[in-house]
Amino acid sequence: MQTGHPATYDDVQKLHPLYFNIVKKRFWWFAISLIVIIPGIISLVMQGLNLGIDFKGGTMLDVTFKKAVTQAAITDTMKSVGLEGIVQLSTGDTAALIRTEALEEGKRNELLTALQTKVGEYDKTLLKEAKVGPAMGQELTRNALYALIIAMGMMIIYITFRFQFVYAISGIIALLHDVLVVVGIFSLFQWEIDSTFVAAVLTIVGYSINDTVIIFDRIRENEAKMKRADAYEDMVDKSIWQTMRRSINTVVTVLIALLSVFVLGGESTRMFALAMLIGVFSGAYSSIFIASQVLVEVKKYFKKAPRKGGKAVRT
Amino acid sequence: MRRGNIIKLVALVLLVAAAVALSIKPLVKGIPLGLDLRGGVHLVLQAEQDKSGTPITRDDIDKAKAIISNRVNDLGVSEPIVQADYDKKRIIIDLAGVTDPDKAVDILKTTAKLTFRDPQGKIMLEGDDLKDAKGGQGQGSGFVVNLTFSSDGGKKFADLTTKLIGQRLGVYLDDKLLTNPTVNTPILNGQAEITGYDTLEAAAEHAVLMRSGSLPVSMSIAEKRQVGASLGVDSLNRSMQAGLYGLIFIFLFMLVFYYLPGVVADFSLIVYALIVLWVFWMFRVVLTLPGFAGFILSIGMAVDFNIIIYERVKEEIRAGKSLRAGVESGFSRAFITVIDAHVTTLIAAITLYAFGTGSIKGFALTLGIGIIASLFTAISFTRLVLRLTVGINPKMNTRWFGVRRDV
Repeated sequence: MQTGHPATYDDVQKLHPLYFNIVKKRFWWFAISLIVIIPGIISLVMQGLNLGIDFKGGTMLDVTFKKAVTQAAITDTMKSVGLEGIVQLSTGDTAALIRTEALEEGKRNELLTALQTKVGEYDKTLLKEAKVGPAMGQELTRNALYALIIAMGMMIIYITFRFQFVYAISGIIALLHDVLVVVGIFSLFQWEIDSTFVAAVLTIVGYSINDTVIIFDRIRENEAKMKRADAYEDMVDKSIWQTMRRSINTVVTVLIALLSVFVLGGESTRMFALAMLIGVFSGAYSSIFIASQVLVEVKKYFKKAPRKGGKAVRT
Repeated sequence: MRRGNIIKLVALVLLVAAAVALSIKPLVKGIPLGLDLRGGVHLVLQAEQDKSGTPITRDDIDKAKAIISNRVNDLGVSEPIVQADYDKKRIIIDLAGVTDPDKAVDILKTTAKLTFRDPQGKIMLEGDDLKDAKGGQGQGSGFVVNLTFSSDGGKKFADLTTKLIGQRLGVYLDDKLLTNPTVNTPILNGQAEITGYDTLEAAAEHAVLMRSGSLPVSMSIAEKRQVGASLGVDSLNRSMQAGLYGLIFIFLFMLVFYYLPGVVADFSLIVYALIVLWVFWMFRVVLTLPGFAGFILSIGMAVDFNIIIYERVKEEIRAGKSLRAGVESGFSRAFITVIDAHVTTLIAAITLYAFGTGSIKGFALTLGIGIIASLFTAISFTRLVLRLTVGINPKMNTRWFGVRRDV
């Protein structure tokens, strides 16, 4: 059982040049999180998320023309075949992103032919197209919610089994924190989300807990060795600082991987990488500053009642 | 002891280097790429109930799948995927690397129902009784469509042609008349011929439509994703670049922060990447764009184990343990942490795989494989190499392990 590292709270404090008492300042951390989360929730309620065609259904055409084109030319062409939609130009006005209702094959061909003749020649090998029927979109939303609920349920069970129920609750609160940060920020900035966003959120859910567990694992270990005089807050603070290096470094390597996907990985995975970056960053923050502090609060709340009785006997 | 360890380590390094060199070719060739990495089409066809409201059976979907598979094979795509989803009555088609996606969709979307009708418009025979239709040269000057019926269909067609002799037989796609040849003689052997085409192309086109039209149910395109070939190649190059740079920076990070164990971590990372790619190869995992992102992400996560154990080892050494004892107890203690931490991510990956569709499944799969492979690499390889390294000189300066003397 004796596995070493009998470092005292003082040792741990001295080891870190930047030491400050994280647990004592916990209400500051809660406040910082709320400053980020509350506007996000308000935005979610007011304007919701900017759902892409994966959720709403529709057709999206990414056309690369051989010469620069104008937005008006494309919109007019669309009107000429009886279609309306949103057109975005990029890459020196040669690439056009066209969004419209879900098109039947016939209509789709009509539009592309019209674009070819009226707007300009486009490169077939650079064409990207997605058509999602409305029923498929609803299915995606439903499946995403199911997956989220089931994943969280399984994690509560696992953490309760491996740790204690209070740990599970604290971990899940930190996890919800991360999900709300990501979803809230995406709503605030009205960044368009597609099916990879669902994958990003679920991976964040998995990884956020991953980080938290590293600290909880140490709290679990230190809790068992606590002496009567030790304060729970101090033990938690010590555990956080003991694991600080690994909490930060494990996240840094993941952030390096995500940054390279974000910068170099191309358009299709950029929003996915962005969501993951925000989520992993928030996950690191919540593991250090939220999860363990919630644990302290919950433990305090549960201990209050029995302690009074205990004291009376001792005195 | 010392010399033995050095020899073992050198042998390991050479072994891994050889494995990498030998793996590159089969892996590059052997791991199938998804359509978003090399161009292609993804189609989800939804079976639709006809107006009479007859329910769509499992058998209908099976038949439709078989017919579509046939059509897909005619397209000459190297590794087409045709899957049936019986619950939702769908057929999912993945054509990665198809040269002309527009044409492919054109051929596949012709999903109307083929019927043979008498002059009064009564349906006498349905398309699923037709086994094959081919365009060809007729006995005379013109071109023909040769029809082959199933044994059941052949009998029905024999009755039909006996009854309708001298009259016109209507061949319909849905409610559209395709052609209405006159029945000259009763056809009893299930082999019929429609004459009167001017060109071979015209006959072949009708033949394709008749073959295509023999779907037992009509189907609509519920989802379609198409990526141009050049765009796919572009995505692949970008992903490879992202992976390479990600790997390099993680390598550097581990070296700068962990010195000697950092070298071990980087070495393990190579082995890890090799294992993951071979698993992809073994299970024919189709690598998609999100899948690639998942793989890069898993590289970032795979070093977690190394970080957790090295930090633990540092603590054990600071607490006064010897290097070797520190590594051993650090390893066994850190292992519990790592398992707990990774199981939760694995839960997320499994749920995502169960509920996800298309490329999301690919992401979940690569992430899941990555997590399991990183655990495997850590227990087997990292531990071995670390033990051997410490064994070279158990009294080596702990600074090499990043432990500062002053503390």
